[in-house]
Amino acid sequence: MTTFEAPRVEVVENALEPGSSTQPRRRVKRRTINTVIWFVVLLAFTAIVLYPLLWLFLSTFKPSSEFAQNPGLIPENPTFDNYTKVVEGIAGTPLWRFFANSFFIAIMAVVGTVLSSALAAYAFARIKFRGVGVLFAAMIGTLLLPFHVIIIPQYVLFNKLELVDTYWPLILPKFLATEAFFVFLIVQFIRNIPRDMDEAARIDGAGHIRIFFSIILPLIKPALITSAIFTFIWTWNDFLGPLLYINSPEKYPLPIALRLYNDATSTSDYGATAAVSFLALVPILIFFIVFQRFLVAGVATQGLKG
Amino acid sequence: MSTETESIVTASAGSRSVRRELRQVRRAEGGKIPSTAGRRAAVRRETAAGYGFLVPWLIGFLGLTVGPMVFSLYLAFTKYNLFTEPEWIGLDNFVRMFTEDPNYIQSVQITLVYVLVGTPIKLAAALGIAMLLNYRDRGSGFFRSSFYAPSLIGASVSVAIVWRAMFSNDGPVDNSLSFFGIDLGGWVGNVQLVIPMMILLAVWQFGAPMVIFLAGLKQIPQELYEAAEVDGAGPWHKFRNVTIPMLSSVIFFNLLLELINAFQVFASAYIISNGSGGPAGMTNFYTLYLYKRGFADLQMGYASAMAWVLVIAVAIIAFILFKTQKSWVHYAGENR
Repeated sequence: MTTFEAPRVEVVENALEPGSSTQPRRRVKRRTINTVIWFVVLLAFTAIVLYPLLWLFLSTFKPSSEFAQNPGLIPENPTFDNYTKVVEGIAGTPLWRFFANSFFIAIMAVVGTVLSSALAAYAFARIKFRGVGVLFAAMIGTLLLPFHVIIIPQYVLFNKLELVDTYWPLILPKFLATEAFFVFLIVQFIRNIPRDMDEAARIDGAGHIRIFFSIILPLIKPALITSAIFTFIWTWNDFLGPLLYINSPEKYPLPIALRLYNDATSTSDYGATAAVSFLALVPILIFFIVFQRFLVAGVATQGLKG
Repeated sequence: MSTETESIVTASAGSRSVRRELRQVRRAEGGKIPSTAGRRAAVRRETAAGYGFLVPWLIGFLGLTVGPMVFSLYLAFTKYNLFTEPEWIGLDNFVRMFTEDPNYIQSVQITLVYVLVGTPIKLAAALGIAMLLNYRDRGSGFFRSSFYAPSLIGASVSVAIVWRAMFSNDGPVDNSLSFFGIDLGGWVGNVQLVIPMMILLAVWQFGAPMVIFLAGLKQIPQELYEAAEVDGAGPWHKFRNVTIPMLSSVIFFNLLLELINAFQVFASAYIISNGSGGPAGMTNFYTLYLYKRGFADLQMGYASAMAWVLVIAVAIIAFILFKTQKSWVHYAGENR
């Protein structure tokens, strides 16, 4: 009887397996083999997908002269020279300066986006007023709008305001909730919060400002964190914005500084370019490793409710 | 513990009864003038609160989106170089675009190839890997994160630099292919290979749509597969008749998003070609060409016209997708 008990559990587990009417023992074996194959195939894919990053990392230890002869992963004459060299910077600006500039822009963008998006999302999700439907539809419309149609007039505008070569054109739009993606993300999140709490607060005489700050804001923390991380990463990577607006090398954020390396040294100094490229990715990779749970959840919910 | 819950229960019950009372009071007063005025005041208060919360968004929406759109629509019919006043030239920009500018036509062609070839491959990869990940739960979190990472950094300058180095002559890709007897040389300077190289860079970022597919796959009820199996369906039939229809709304969403994103590829093309769009204009993607016309040549009228053609193209694609979705997209709870 006991010999019957164990396989029966397997039958239940394997109800979905093709050919589950064959002998149980063989099935267990086959399941194990399938899992091993599954694991190996995915491991192979992972190796391919992560290869460029690994290659970049290990290449930062190759002397520049080695790049032409050794396209492989492992440096033949590993050295830290690339790093000591790039710390000096380029165009008379030390490397840390580009990092500081990027951090400043990204952090201001995070603060602006989270604040303004949360305010707008609350209005869209919780306040009933004339025009809310139309405005919400307009906001969704901007999600699909190719932003290239507004870069020229925006440039003309900021040029008229004499704000070119300052960080204002990069930061100000973030404080005005121009990233509809995040407004939408937070709206979806607020809609999932039961209304009982704010209605109770309402009867106690709380206004929208009180409800927003003391009830909604603490509850939407996960959505705010997701928005903050995405904003940080997108701003950190943004190339077109600073390319248009920032002219002085000492104000360059990393992507533009990287272009300098790429243009000036790509024919001679691969090592330095590789080292700066890698260093520029480090903050994002750290963010990713620490916050991947929020990122993946953010992407998934956005997709299914869209 | 129990007293606490009790007090919460009574509190909420209390608030509920208060609400009921309020409603009764309101109903009792219904029709009388003071209550209508009161309600009107409440509506006014809500409207004020609504627009109050929306102030930052409204300023941004009107000042940085709608206003600029209107202005760029105007610029599209002008000659404008940023320093002198725009000069009205009617449809000249559009006529020039389609009849006198071979660079523009080439830019449209390579962008279309990139979008229409790259996006389906990227989505197929995303769906394939998502299904693979969905097969077992153990360890799939690690794989999911690894596959997602390129989506976050794919548009960065760093990755474009890496890509260029990887596909250069005697670089890692050339080297490994030579090992198999395929000698293609560098992809970067090769007119035929540079678009495939850009497409590979896009496909490499399959992680974001993959995560969305995976979330969709997890919501398909297992009973449907069991029922299909009882009917004798093989793996292909299960994929064709269960997975695809059940996932169609997610496919639709990914397709729309990825198509629109693909049209806007910029940084990688800029870095890989050093801003030139070369070799022979083969990386002169639409937005790169727009940037060069607008900000290098200061032909801002022409660039605005280009931007509006892009908006219209994207709108048409979105329109077609939304129109055709009735025939192939099934939403949960709908009768099929």
